[in-house]
Amino acid sequence: MRRLAVTLVVLAGLGAGGLAPVMVWAAGDEPHPPGRHWSFSGVFGTYDKPQLRRGLQVYREVCAACHSLRLVAYRNLAAIGLDVKAIEAIAAEKKLPGAPNDEGEATTRKALPSDKFVPPFANENAARSANNGALPPDLSLMTKARLRGPDYVYALLTGYKEEPPEGVTVPEGMYFNTYFPGHNIAMAPPISDEGVEFADKTKATVQQQAKDVVAFLQWAADPYLEDRKRMGIKVVLFLIFLTGLLYAYKRKVWAKVH
Amino acid sequence: MASGKKPNRIVKWVDDRLPIFSFVEHHLADYPTPKNLSYWWNFGSLAGIVLVVMIVTGIVLAMHYTPHTDMAFDSVERIMRDVNYGWLLRYIHMNGGTMFFIVVYIHLFRGMYYGSYKTPRELLWWLGVIILLLMIMTAFLGYVLPWGQMSFWAATVITKLFTAIPLVGTAITEWLWGGFAVGNPTLNRFFSLHYLMPFVIVGVVLAHIWALHTSKSNNPLGIDPKGPQDTIPFHPYYTVKDNFGIGAFFVFFAAVVFFAPDFFGEPDNYIRANPLATPAHIVPEWYFLPYYAVLRALDFDIWFLEAKLLGVIALAASIFVLFLLPWLDTSKVRSGRFRPIFKWFFWIFLLDCVILGVVGGNAPDAQVFGWSKWLTYLKLGQAATAYYFAHFLIILPVLGFVEKPLPLPTSISEPVLKGGGAASAAAAAKPMEKA
Repeated sequence: MRRLAVTLVVLAGLGAGGLAPVMVWAAGDEPHPPGRHWSFSGVFGTYDKPQLRRGLQVYREVCAACHSLRLVAYRNLAAIGLDVKAIEAIAAEKKLPGAPNDEGEATTRKALPSDKFVPPFANENAARSANNGALPPDLSLMTKARLRGPDYVYALLTGYKEEPPEGVTVPEGMYFNTYFPGHNIAMAPPISDEGVEFADKTKATVQQQAKDVVAFLQWAADPYLEDRKRMGIKVVLFLIFLTGLLYAYKRKVWAKVH
Repeated sequence: MASGKKPNRIVKWVDDRLPIFSFVEHHLADYPTPKNLSYWWNFGSLAGIVLVVMIVTGIVLAMHYTPHTDMAFDSVERIMRDVNYGWLLRYIHMNGGTMFFIVVYIHLFRGMYYGSYKTPRELLWWLGVIILLLMIMTAFLGYVLPWGQMSFWAATVITKLFTAIPLVGTAITEWLWGGFAVGNPTLNRFFSLHYLMPFVIVGVVLAHIWALHTSKSNNPLGIDPKGPQDTIPFHPYYTVKDNFGIGAFFVFFAAVVFFAPDFFGEPDNYIRANPLATPAHIVPEWYFLPYYAVLRALDFDIWFLEAKLLGVIALAASIFVLFLLPWLDTSKVRSGRFRPIFKWFFWIFLLDCVILGVVGGNAPDAQVFGWSKWLTYLKLGQAATAYYFAHFLIILPVLGFVEKPLPLPTSISEPVLKGGGAASAAAAAKPMEKA
């Protein structure tokens, strides 16, 4: 069995070494986003709910002007500690097409907690026309849809340079971002110092807001992260215990043969 | 019945009319198994258990999934967010594909090292290769279903391979698509076939086990059991050993599912499919990377054969050459343990497959490791592809003639007695005397 274990470890190493170049940051000369520690990283990682609520505030006051969050429902906000009243109030700010009235005419209604986050634009054309031709991507899965998503989104949000490096010209209506593929990004630096005022008196620096909104987006992309890890610890511990018993049983049965 | 216990009357009544109990006893309990199987022999049962896990989770996922281009992506996200424990089912199924290929590749390389394909096990080996082919198809079809960017573009790239077939290629491709591009009819049929294929695999697995129980298990020494002293009944010896293996494997499986469920996946597949935006790098899942490298290695025309067609032929040949393996390997000795030269070539071949995987995951025109001045991944891939085929078509046939194998032990029991320290030999001697 020792030989099997050694071979498997070597194979896994070869495999990981083989896959590592695959994981290389997709082309271009953009630097890797620096790795950060997040409350949700690691086997025991959890979400920091006050942080998620601050992140929600940043999303609603800043990002939501252009970016949809179409896979998340207002009711889901209960999971980050909002009560029913607050959720209803957030939903009610938005209008949605309602059922036709008795005369068959179109109506509108307020969004309900059961609705998904109402997108800022009616369709892709409206979004592009309002954004200089660029399409602001949906953010529901953003931290999963990029390699090392949370690190990348944080690096992007804080990676703007007012002056591009020497010899680099940024096209009209574009901005220079250290971490964006190709560097030219259509999104203006979205976060400004003290751009939002946090209810819990946390100082709203650019870094703080970026951190908080990344945490919120991670929750939006992976709402069951805490349940998953909590269950995982129990499952893995149980399986290790069970495997130990099975090994002991195997030894006992095989004692006759060896 | 073999256990010698007086059978229950109802069991006997059923068994006289339909010998299902005798059948189970014969194949799962009494099956005489070489006593010296190492842990490398655990991976067949592991593959079987993963197949069951995949079918069970897949059936439940299918209850919640919508195979329509407008709804597929969101229906998968609905499973992740709104279906009770949907995230668990989906992560198990998604990583189950990876686990399936890990255990099957180990199973396959084990067969290669110990010559498990040699007579009389040629058909057993063939059925295994057919299972691998079916698994490749099933995994590809399944990968398309979430309808993310990588799903869509993988479907496009792979189906377009068929256009390389002269004259009828385009017609075949459009027939596969059910239209003039990858679209809703494609997704619908991929879902239907993805549901069908696992049951076809189950059928071939049963035939694989049938063939195994006819020609009996190979073993690390590669010599046939000489009598009952060389074998032990499958139950309880290998049932407990397999169960321990399954436990250990599930620890690994669970660790991935719960702590790194997206490790083996492509981030791009969390972006909804967009036929108008091609991802910067279209890469298959890790288990297809070596084949992808072979496909891309042939970038030149030979005579009237275009590079694209050659690539497809090479890709197909890289798997179909396995069917010929029992006859390409001319050595009469099964186990690599007694083949001093083959042993080295086996490990070089395994390394070659890993290199092909690395090549498959990188852009062909990129420099190897990003710093090699003179070697691009394309060139490395070409060399590795050439070696891959040379291993089967040149090295193995020649090796059988030039290699002088080590002397084989006379029986399975002999090295068991002689191996290990004096103490263990003494301990082992006792039950042997009884036998």
